[in-house]
Amino acid sequence: MIAETGLAALWLAAGLAALQFLFMFVELRGSVALARPMRSIAVAQGLLTMIAFAMLLIVFARSDMSVKLVFENSSAVKPFVYKVAGAWGNHEGSMLMWVTILAAAGAFVALFSRRTSERTLVAALGAQAALALGFYAFLLIASNPFARLWPAPMDGQGLNPLLQDPGLAFHPPTLYLGYVGLSVAFSLAVGALLTGEVDSRLARAMRPWVLGAWILLTLGITAGSYWAYYELGWGGYWFWDPVENASLMPWLAATALLHSINVLAARGALKAWTMMLAVIAFSMSMVGTFLVRSGILTSVHAFAIDPQRGTFLLALLAIYVGAAFLLFAWRGATLKEGAPFELVSRESGLVVNNLLLSVVLGVVFVGTLYPLFVEAVSGEKLSVGAPYFNAVAGPLALVLAALVGIGPLLAWRRKGRPIVKQLQVPALLGIVALVITIIISPAMHILPRLGFMVGTYLLAASILPLLRRNPLRAPLATWGMVVAHFGIAVALLGMAANAAFTSERLAVARPGEILTVGPWQVQLQEVTPTAGKNWTAVEAELHASRGSGVVTLKPQSRYFTDPPTETSESAIRTFWNGQLYTVVGKPDPSGGWQLRLWWKPFVTLIWAGGALIALGGALAMLGRLWPILRRRESAADWRRQRYA
Amino acid sequence: MSRAIRFAPIILLLLVIVALVWRLATPADTDVHSTLRGKPTPAFALPAILPNKPPLTSADLATGQPRLLNIFASWCVPCVGEVKVLQQLKNRGVIIDGIAVRDRPDDLMDFLARNGDPYERIGSDRQSQVQIDLGSSGVPESFVIDGHGVIRYQHIGAIEPEDVSLILSKLEQAK
Repeated sequence: MIAETGLAALWLAAGLAALQFLFMFVELRGSVALARPMRSIAVAQGLLTMIAFAMLLIVFARSDMSVKLVFENSSAVKPFVYKVAGAWGNHEGSMLMWVTILAAAGAFVALFSRRTSERTLVAALGAQAALALGFYAFLLIASNPFARLWPAPMDGQGLNPLLQDPGLAFHPPTLYLGYVGLSVAFSLAVGALLTGEVDSRLARAMRPWVLGAWILLTLGITAGSYWAYYELGWGGYWFWDPVENASLMPWLAATALLHSINVLAARGALKAWTMMLAVIAFSMSMVGTFLVRSGILTSVHAFAIDPQRGTFLLALLAIYVGAAFLLFAWRGATLKEGAPFELVSRESGLVVNNLLLSVVLGVVFVGTLYPLFVEAVSGEKLSVGAPYFNAVAGPLALVLAALVGIGPLLAWRRKGRPIVKQLQVPALLGIVALVITIIISPAMHILPRLGFMVGTYLLAASILPLLRRNPLRAPLATWGMVVAHFGIAVALLGMAANAAFTSERLAVARPGEILTVGPWQVQLQEVTPTAGKNWTAVEAELHASRGSGVVTLKPQSRYFTDPPTETSESAIRTFWNGQLYTVVGKPDPSGGWQLRLWWKPFVTLIWAGGALIALGGALAMLGRLWPILRRRESAADWRRQRYA
Repeated sequence: MSRAIRFAPIILLLLVIVALVWRLATPADTDVHSTLRGKPTPAFALPAILPNKPPLTSADLATGQPRLLNIFASWCVPCVGEVKVLQQLKNRGVIIDGIAVRDRPDDLMDFLARNGDPYERIGSDRQSQVQIDLGSSGVPESFVIDGHGVIRYQHIGAIEPEDVSLILSKLEQAK
């Protein structure tokens, strides 16, 4: 019954979405658009999808093996958390989660958006319904999550053990919330292009959604990167894998949008460009979903390849993005650009930021799809790997990071204070860092060396906007910007340190043997068998020391029974100045064990930087929302007093 | 804004969609093909692995008659099924030479006694060196080689019963 309730709720929601979409045309044709009926439909639609998703969670929590999806992706012996998380650890469930978040976001806009005109809101809700409609059709026609099996089997086939990890419980939902937050920006842009009301009011309505989505994408990418780092056991934090790129591209577009939207909100300029970015940001999310779900690019993220689903998703992508681009081509000419600005001004700084981010986005996009194009045209097979991305995106990112220090110091419209003087100290620190790297490591590669220089400079330069006045009096939004830019510097230093100073040791060791990696002496004590709820493993006991004190690490090589899979559970120990990363592999015929050891100085700064960037976003969000909440509060007080 | 700029995104989108449709329609071929197709085999001289079987050198492959060169091993499970198909090919007049990869004489003797022996010559490739030189990435794999020692066709994976006519036609073309 539970599964059937879910399916019925999904059908009803789809019907309401169709109604909502049709309503948009009726309303926009009239002279006065009334948003009230649209608001009610959007809220009902959101509630129904949430019911459908709740039903899916229940069948997974109860391990109801008569539901095909549960049978294929769960097993009764799994820990409870992973049973529930299994609901979105598969294609159908994750698509249902996607559409649930999409419809819930639509409901949220309908309930709380007061900033745009009624007409634009109606148009935006219509666009949001059109988006949802396609994904309902996809679920109901091509990937029904509630399909039954008869007779019901006794136990399921299990979940990919790599995904039995706390990371799974949060990583996809975070990224999806981010992707779908961008859908609201997309719908608002489409709505505003339809009604022609592209103005600073629209930018203010769009900003919290872009900011929220950007925070979640930042967290999702940072968490995903750490997950790949410790779970895959390869010791890297970013592989330029197509699926990683699929999450990076919307982030780059959202970062650009986040900056250009401020120009639109504050100055009424960059109208067409901002609308284009809003469309592109969500389009990149859809491209990402398509690349991941169709399995057309070879990737470590192995999802089942299904041409029918791929075709369906591609059709949705073509319709939505094509419609938005056509609308842009048709209505873009009517957009009047706002107030002009001088060559050296906050606006032009943000334009440069946008251009650089767009170029990086283009580089990643081309690199990800290039093998496909080459094979389509010439039949030649090739792959584009880290060397290309690092060599092309790396220098661009460094230039961008250098400019991050300058942009916030510029005034709106025209150059205000003399900025060269303010940047003297940071520039000096950067040069000192460069000289130090030349002295202590003359053979260092050029990119990490420049990374140290720019990172050190930016550490100092990023906090300058706070020093201009009393830091405690500075607006929260300024604090947010400073923390995020500081986070970029921190992450940059982490990447440079990891690239320049990592030591690696791959060896076969017998119990008692001592291996050296970086400053560490690592002794293999013994290798013992051990077992968990649905796995068995061999566990190595390693004693590591550098001078004084001994730390114990216990990496495992695990064998999961259903489905039969081997994974390596790395053991990582974090110190203030780096991480010791150990992996145990297969036994050697000579009686030893394969061990892989890394000493990675300051590698944790990469994720700390990512977290700081997201924290900065959260501070900015709080800074924007706080005055609104306060105003509501005081308005309510005022009303209470009046009627008391 | 000029019309060209306004329409640029949609044109780019169309290009990307066309490429993606193409990829969906023609699924990727993930096999790694040898770059030596159409070229002579690299020179090699492999020692014999069994006392009753002559060794294999690259000169043995250029004797004027097309041949099938089979890369296999006694430890390779799909090879067990393939040997029976090779036997059928041999019965139809195909000359088959083998390269045994990382194999031991006792194991190989056992393998041939159990499953049949279609091979004219067998060379022992202890370190997979010749296999790698040929551009083969796994076992079993087979090459159709013409009378001048030139590789005409590479078959990746076991030759299944339904591949027999394909192999025969490739050998016919190599004449």
